[in-house]
Amino acid sequence: MIDKLVIANRGEIALRILRTCRELGIRTVALYSEADRDTKYVRLADESVCIGPAASIDSYLNIPAVIAAAEVTDAVAIHPGYGFLAENADFAERVEQSGFIFVGPSAETIRVMGNKIAAIKQMQSVGVPCVPGSNGSLPNDNVAVAKIAAQIGYPVIVKAAAGGGGKGMRVAHSEAALLNAWQLTRNEAQASFGDDAVYLERFLERPRHIEFQVLADTHGHVIHLGDRDCSMQRRHQKILEEAPAPGIDPKLRAKMTQCCIDACHALNYRGVGTLEFLYDNGEFFFIEMNTRIQVEHPVTEAITGIDIVREQMQVAASQPLEHTQADINFTGHAVECRINAEDPDTFLPSPGTITQYHQPGGPGIRVDSHIYNNYTVPPYYDSMIAKVIAHGENRTQALTRMSGALEEMVIDGIKTNIPLQQRLVSDPAFVRQPIDIHYLERNRRS
Amino acid sequence: MDIRKVKKLIELLEESELTEIEICEGEESIRLSRGNSGTQVYSVPAQAMPPAPLNTVAEPLLDDHAGSESFPADKVPVVSPMVGTYYASPNPDTPSYVELGTEVSVGDPLCVIEAMKIFNQVDTESAGIVRKIFKHSGDPVEFGEPLFLIESLSP
Repeated sequence: MIDKLVIANRGEIALRILRTCRELGIRTVALYSEADRDTKYVRLADESVCIGPAASIDSYLNIPAVIAAAEVTDAVAIHPGYGFLAENADFAERVEQSGFIFVGPSAETIRVMGNKIAAIKQMQSVGVPCVPGSNGSLPNDNVAVAKIAAQIGYPVIVKAAAGGGGKGMRVAHSEAALLNAWQLTRNEAQASFGDDAVYLERFLERPRHIEFQVLADTHGHVIHLGDRDCSMQRRHQKILEEAPAPGIDPKLRAKMTQCCIDACHALNYRGVGTLEFLYDNGEFFFIEMNTRIQVEHPVTEAITGIDIVREQMQVAASQPLEHTQADINFTGHAVECRINAEDPDTFLPSPGTITQYHQPGGPGIRVDSHIYNNYTVPPYYDSMIAKVIAHGENRTQALTRMSGALEEMVIDGIKTNIPLQQRLVSDPAFVRQPIDIHYLERNRRS
Repeated sequence: MDIRKVKKLIELLEESELTEIEICEGEESIRLSRGNSGTQVYSVPAQAMPPAPLNTVAEPLLDDHAGSESFPADKVPVVSPMVGTYYASPNPDTPSYVELGTEVSVGDPLCVIEAMKIFNQVDTESAGIVRKIFKHSGDPVEFGEPLFLIESLSP
């Protein structure tokens, strides 16, 4: 097993990684910016290195600083977590060139999957169904673009090839709106990602977001850990996730999981990954693959009993996965609520000092968080400060337990979206059946 | 010699059947000996220590800066701008950029910090006299860690 590992991330995922490392006897090096000096995982880690000032660009996104930290601590591996450099192919490449193990797939895989057009082409070539679209980046020609859109059928969505995760996309309901949407998205893509390549897809009006978790080792084994439904979103950002996705025909599910496994074999995939789909009218359409651990991984851990970070370490250490597909059993239903330091109505961030923190508990309740009494939430980073996961024998019990947990949870001193989450988990429409990805925006309380 | 390396050596000695280990690195050497009352550490100071000017105090080899974050008002700290390995001189066989008591002008080099095989020179932003040197060649440094104290010459 790996001797010493650098945790190149912050917040709850840094603590998550540390916990599994401790279990496996892997010594940990926590990296932190000046704003994160007093975090729980920095204090718990075997070693810690300050890598820069508060700004992410100078710290968590600072590739030389991260690799230098691994050098000075004699670490063996680097875990990128999610976000930050986790899907940066250049980073993965430089990590390996510098002689360290990158916990994740190869730089090449990250590069292919990071370019959404290339990812779609790759998936199509192995028979994964994709959203009907332009099948390639749009040419610089108004007439040609309009023709492609007409063939796909309105409404269409323009997406940046270098985007993903909900960023860099715009809908057009008619040809009149198309050219404007196309230009704006191109400009934004150039500014945000340095690449103005965009493509078109048919815009599905009320799809659900359903994703499949896969694990692959370096010995040719690929297994799946089932699916998750992450349809409860706001501005393409997930708020609440559950596993398994309710109401999917078992034969279709089996077909899709096999499809995902086949895709991983074809890609020579390594590590953990998630294939994201839109599910509309009984059909699955591939949108993108995330080549890292996901925020919502705990709901899958809850229903399978598998420690996904542990499996990541196994793969990184070139050992075979600890489980075969036959070992995986799915038990009950799990829901996760993301707790953000933000105003529950305006969604404006609410950093500051937590004057009183009380964590919920009880059967089936798990809380993944780095916060503690008198912890100051810094203003420089993502607003997510905790994840509450509720597991039950069925969806109703999971949602009821979640409701109880949210009622017990106390975070004073800052605003959080706990009130919003409470409304969601008791929303009769949501409780009765899963909703689509635009549900929240259609029903926003004004 | 880097305290982390010393710790590793101590671990090595304790795990092995050896009674004594001596390691030489450049001008420094360290000898660890298993005594009756546990492991003892002896360190030999650097050979080519320049004569210290009056009114300065030579630092012990294993000085740890931790905890000394507030400095006297007339002493300007120079902190590390990056993560890496500190070196007092450009090469092992060339003299250090500065010693205790060296007078520096704005822009003079103080040290280099190496990361990913690239050496980055750290220059002083204040003029004055080097009064404290916190690190030794080969020490790991993190962002913001104090490296020097420069006593500014009053205008």
